[in-house]
Amino acid sequence: MSAQHLAAYTTSTGEAFQFWVLGTIAVIGALCTVFMKKAVHSALCLAGTMIVLAVFYLANGAYFLGIVQIVVYTGAIMMLFLFVVMLVGVTAADSLKETIKGQRWLALLCGVGFGVLLFAGIGNAALTEFNGTGQANANGNVEGLAALIFTKYVFAFEVTGALLITAAVGAMVLTHRERTERARTQRELSEQRIREGSYIPPLPAPGVYARHNAVDIAGLLPDGTPSELTVNKTLRERGQIRDVSTEALNDLRALEQRAEERLERRPIAPETFKRTEEASK
Amino acid sequence: MNPVNYLYLAALLFTIGATGVLIRRNAIVVFMCIELMLNACNLAFVAFSRMHGNLDGQIIAFFTMVVAAAEVVVGLAIIVSLFRTRHSASVDDASLMKL
Repeated sequence: MSAQHLAAYTTSTGEAFQFWVLGTIAVIGALCTVFMKKAVHSALCLAGTMIVLAVFYLANGAYFLGIVQIVVYTGAIMMLFLFVVMLVGVTAADSLKETIKGQRWLALLCGVGFGVLLFAGIGNAALTEFNGTGQANANGNVEGLAALIFTKYVFAFEVTGALLITAAVGAMVLTHRERTERARTQRELSEQRIREGSYIPPLPAPGVYARHNAVDIAGLLPDGTPSELTVNKTLRERGQIRDVSTEALNDLRALEQRAEERLERRPIAPETFKRTEEASK
Repeated sequence: MNPVNYLYLAALLFTIGATGVLIRRNAIVVFMCIELMLNACNLAFVAFSRMHGNLDGQIIAFFTMVVAAAEVVVGLAIIVSLFRTRHSASVDDASLMKL
């Protein structure tokens, strides 16, 4: 028996080491997928878990599936997820308020109970058989899979083809939107704005008078409050506006104070104001 | 190492995924948890295939992957069209049948 066959029949110390290290990473990734607040982080953690699983497939002698896992799952499916997160999830923050009272704890309890059941089931099962894939992979893993797919499972394979076509058509039907009315022209839009009496001139620019002109900083109104109109709607929805109005006012106050100290002026007390007013009467 | 450990890992990942489906309310994250459960099943299939020394388990895992790909395409299309009509990806809002 060659060394390769021997490696397939018994789990070596190296594989045990690999299992414990990568298994820990997979579980941590799965937990992060569930508990990360942002959908993007969840997607990246899940991609990590899937890569670890691909390594496990390779270690278990499923060479074709290992590569397919990386190409199809982490390459295509997870990137599709990220694509949709970019379309949908960035502005939609996941609210952490419970709508059903105690639902989270009940869900955790159900999960733990389910896990205990699964573990007990595996623990009680008679899993003494261990043949290894050496014999099955003797003519090559891909060739073995192909021989099975195109003989024993050929009907399932054909049904899968029908399923894929249906899915592609379904996705197109679901996301396609027929335009029922003509797109309005710029002229019609401006006429509508004037008729409704909404904001007519172009929107004011962001930034605060040459100190900050970044797009995420609201411009200030004459009374020092930030103007909502100056910042992009997307940034406003994401809550990514930096408000420097109080900073600017504090700076101005400090500057005035310094100037007065330098000129050795004293702050005028309110009483003196009143007195001068009375005197002028 | 006993190869049954792979089954235990698959069970653990499946449990985490199932708990995630129950806990999270962002439709995209719920969907990712479903993918995690499918992957856990695949790992169990591959481990069984090795234990029994034939390739049938790998074939089933392969078909699972194909079905998962189709499912993701349709599911994400549904999420995108839901988001278009309600401007949120929360599964709570989808309980209302009307706009």
